[in-house]
Amino acid sequence: MLSDSDRIFTNLYGIADWRLAAAKGRGDWDGTAGFIAKGRDWVVEQVKASGLRGRGGAGFPTGLKWSFMPKASDGRPHYLVVNADESEPGTCKDRDIIRHDPQKLIEGCLIASFAMGAHAAYIYIRGEFINEARQLQAAIDEAYEAGLLGKNAAGSGWDFDLYLHRGAGAYICGEETALIESLEGKKGMPRLKPPFPAAVGLYGCPTTVNNVESIAVVPTILRRGPDWFAKLGRPKNSGTKVFCISGHVNRPCNVEEEMGIPLRELIERHAGGVRGGWDNLLAVIPGGSSVPLLPKSICDTVLMDFDSLREARSGLGTAAVIVMDKSTDVIKAIARLARFYKHESCGQCTPCREGTGWMWRVMERMVQGRAEPDEIDTLEQVTRQVEGHTICALGDAAAWPIQGLIRHFRPEMEARIAACKAARQTGGAAPARMAAE
Amino acid sequence: MPKLTIDGVEIEVPGGITVLQACELAGKEVPRFCYHERLSIAGNCRMCLVELEKAPKPIASCAYPAADGMVVKTDSPMAKAARKGVMEFLLINHPLDCPICDQGGECDLQDQAMAYGFDRGRYAENKRAVKDKDFGPLIKTIMTRCIHCTRCVRFATEIAGVPELGATGRGESMEIGTYVEKALSSELSGNMIDLCPVGALTSKPYAFVSRPWELKKTDSVDVLDAVGSAIRVDARGPEVLRILPRLNEDVNEEWISDKTRFAVDGLKRARLDRPYVRRNGKLEPASWPEALAAIADRLKGVSGSRIAALAGDLADAESMAALKDLMAALGSANIDSRQDGAAIDASRRDFYLFNTTIAGIEEADACLIIGSNPRWEAPLVNARLRKRWLAGGFTVGLVGEARELTYGYEHLGTSPQALADLLAGRHPFAATLKAAKKPMVIVGQGALARPDGAAVLAAAWALAREANALRPDWHGFNMLHMAAARVAGLDLGFLPGAGGRDTAGILAGAQDGTIEAVWLLGADEIDPATLGRAFVIYQGHHGDRLAPRADVILPGAAYTEKNGTYTSTEGRVQQGQIAVFPPGEAREDWAILRAASAMLDRPLPYDDIAALRARLVAANPVFGRIGLARNGGCADPAGPAGDPARMGSAPFASPVRDFYRTDPISRSSRTMAELSALFVQPAAPAAAAE
Repeated sequence: MLSDSDRIFTNLYGIADWRLAAAKGRGDWDGTAGFIAKGRDWVVEQVKASGLRGRGGAGFPTGLKWSFMPKASDGRPHYLVVNADESEPGTCKDRDIIRHDPQKLIEGCLIASFAMGAHAAYIYIRGEFINEARQLQAAIDEAYEAGLLGKNAAGSGWDFDLYLHRGAGAYICGEETALIESLEGKKGMPRLKPPFPAAVGLYGCPTTVNNVESIAVVPTILRRGPDWFAKLGRPKNSGTKVFCISGHVNRPCNVEEEMGIPLRELIERHAGGVRGGWDNLLAVIPGGSSVPLLPKSICDTVLMDFDSLREARSGLGTAAVIVMDKSTDVIKAIARLARFYKHESCGQCTPCREGTGWMWRVMERMVQGRAEPDEIDTLEQVTRQVEGHTICALGDAAAWPIQGLIRHFRPEMEARIAACKAARQTGGAAPARMAAE
Repeated sequence: MPKLTIDGVEIEVPGGITVLQACELAGKEVPRFCYHERLSIAGNCRMCLVELEKAPKPIASCAYPAADGMVVKTDSPMAKAARKGVMEFLLINHPLDCPICDQGGECDLQDQAMAYGFDRGRYAENKRAVKDKDFGPLIKTIMTRCIHCTRCVRFATEIAGVPELGATGRGESMEIGTYVEKALSSELSGNMIDLCPVGALTSKPYAFVSRPWELKKTDSVDVLDAVGSAIRVDARGPEVLRILPRLNEDVNEEWISDKTRFAVDGLKRARLDRPYVRRNGKLEPASWPEALAAIADRLKGVSGSRIAALAGDLADAESMAALKDLMAALGSANIDSRQDGAAIDASRRDFYLFNTTIAGIEEADACLIIGSNPRWEAPLVNARLRKRWLAGGFTVGLVGEARELTYGYEHLGTSPQALADLLAGRHPFAATLKAAKKPMVIVGQGALARPDGAAVLAAAWALAREANALRPDWHGFNMLHMAAARVAGLDLGFLPGAGGRDTAGILAGAQDGTIEAVWLLGADEIDPATLGRAFVIYQGHHGDRLAPRADVILPGAAYTEKNGTYTSTEGRVQQGQIAVFPPGEAREDWAILRAASAMLDRPLPYDDIAALRARLVAANPVFGRIGLARNGGCADPAGPAGDPARMGSAPFASPVRDFYRTDPISRSSRTMAELSALFVQPAAPAAAAE
């Protein structure tokens, strides 16, 4: 368990004041100019040495990502873009960081921008976060007034401007290239890669897109040293992470914990346990709606980090733990997610545009059991036809929950189909036939 | 030069190309829907997925740069599975209404489904239905068939320069449309029909008319402007049913204008299908011998100096040569092929050609347009100018009417005064032209068909010379013609001979009686009222405004009905082919003239088209160089006759007041009439009820 002294987000619950003075009291903006004085490469090396992996879902090493930015400008400006379009169902960690610890993010923006040679950064905040956007803007204004942003930001000699941009509420705009398109004023549709944003990004200039949490932890890593961060958690899965625990637990919460904490310990210690006790657990979605769910048998032992969850054929994602107890209709739950992805598909590329609708419609029938048993295989094949064939990862995200369901709950699906058939044969009340849409 | 291995075969490819292009070079077919060579890469159909060694997922080959050492597999199980999956997805919401779809037989989706699809559907849910959109009189939409490849969107935005199309909605609710429903305001919109890989966008006038395999296809060239676009004429039996573009990189790439494509119904309406002779003041049907005898009777004993001939805008070189020879035999020097009276100096060929060439526009870095609206006078020249402008580093100045041209330009003025300012270096654009490495000047017919035309022509040439555009390695003087017949007429010398009258002189003579007979070879732009009491022989294919004035009507052939030679504004000599026979008793034009010459006792010395074409080459060797444009720089900067100082003050105006009705064929076309009503003379907006 993470000791209080190792917490990065010391005001995650908003108990103390979020404003600059209080934030400085918690250690923010301490020695920022000194880090910058040590140079770009030093900052990147520190982040690399800490083993920090991106907190937005994919878990790509942050220091490595920064090092892809050109060392010297070819005349084009460089940009940092912070992805605060937190839309993954189950996830609400960035929201609390912005609400209660915004200065960590702002300081991180300055340091990260310096590390990639950017004089300007954009924070793209989800449109629905109205109060958060207001508050973050107030925090940015405070930082400007205090000389922490703008010309010679924080006395570092580095000129830096930070802009807040509000999105309009499309899930797809959390994808980095769609976010860039949206930021440019276009329709939020992912771009083809290559070229990657580090070569051609915002306005055609080298750009790095990072998650809020990835950026917000950087100042503390520099202050306490990469070794401290690397020692937390497990090798290659180091540091702390804000977990969002929701669903059938006694006390849903956000909590900062060490990476690699057992899932059971995480739920029982911080969320008051599963409603009705651990044995009442049915399944857990461990990393936000797009990762495959895990049945109780795996939840008993699995560790919460990138590699352990990958071994369990799921993923850490955004570390949004969605707990489902035995009262859950798990097929219906996944059908709801399928509907979400069908609704949020941008429509640009074929497999996702057509496949998400197909998967959802079949899932709706599966909920009622109005299907043939071999349609489960067809559904599985359709998810494989979507996965990996799309421009961005939304296709994968739509496919994985269904794959997880079929992998772990196939007997339930078959039972549902059999029950429906039986009801029809005995003339019982069969579910009303209703076309999806 | 990166080296790749494609399906086990090593191949070296030029740098900067994509994996898909490399596969094509290696002779491997990669299916695609959204990718098109002339449009930006969208990468959204996912049909072109191939396996790349060491990549975890299949890659979209259309968007992936080819790099050294890549190992690509186009028919591995992974690639095949990916492709099959995409094909299935494309079909689940496609209506599969091929039997009633006009695209059937030439549909990419149909063809590729045969090659890469399943033999049955697994999708048991309800299919999506999409409301059809109204794109105007040319494009019929069945949006349920759309596969969202966005080719049409990219064409409108990039090539046509009218960013009116886009996608609304998200996911499977995404729809292609104009958002606020309206007709597409482009002269090139018909090309979207060709680009659409499915039956979502089809030709509205051609709807349910024919199947592609019923058509006889004839390669030909377009005559409705002077660009000389390569076309394919599709005919069934005696009818021309549609016209499609053919590839010619130097001229039209693979586009044609809407007029070229859709004026085709004009070929079937208001046709002259039998000779007529005026008897007792009334035009009456006659036989060929009667009609020709009527001419012979009238011309008997008339001195050559009292006879004249005018050639129109659609005339082929063969018939102009025959008419010129016939007039010479009759002793007349009163011939002219410039029915608009444009002051063209034909003493040197580069005085009246688009010397830079259309493809050459892409090399230019500055352009001055004088008295022309290229968007209406030559839409494909305009498209090339836009293409060059999009590439960057291209400044355009315009003297004349300020119209929307689909690219940015500096409007320098509307009258010759602006030219004088440029010549005197008083305008900053003069410096721009001078600083340019490959400047070009385009002078339109509207700047020449006016009393001070010769002076304007001289000024335009002088500006090109001042800008150092007349060099041995670069010819930057360009005349933009609108008539397909014009350059061939000038090349043949279908111009007043010694002591002969030009168009204005002939018409004046007709009114004062000194010209007794006028032979009009499709000269449809002449005002009938200006022909006085002259005996008018009208030889043409449409009962346009001159036929009622004629004393004898000789029914000729339209361009799809004869083998004819045309020279484009670039000086490119091209031959059109006969696709169908002329209607009724109408005949090929040169043959009519040959028959008339026999009746007039002055038989022309050629009995077949080969002999006539030999005569053409003898008259001007350019007619032997089929398909080639005049190329090369300017050997002699000395300019055409004319004094720039004598320019008037009237503002320039393009002669094309209505793009959709410029010649007898388009004036007879219902489709063109509809477009004209829509875009050119829009009805006054209905007043709202109080």
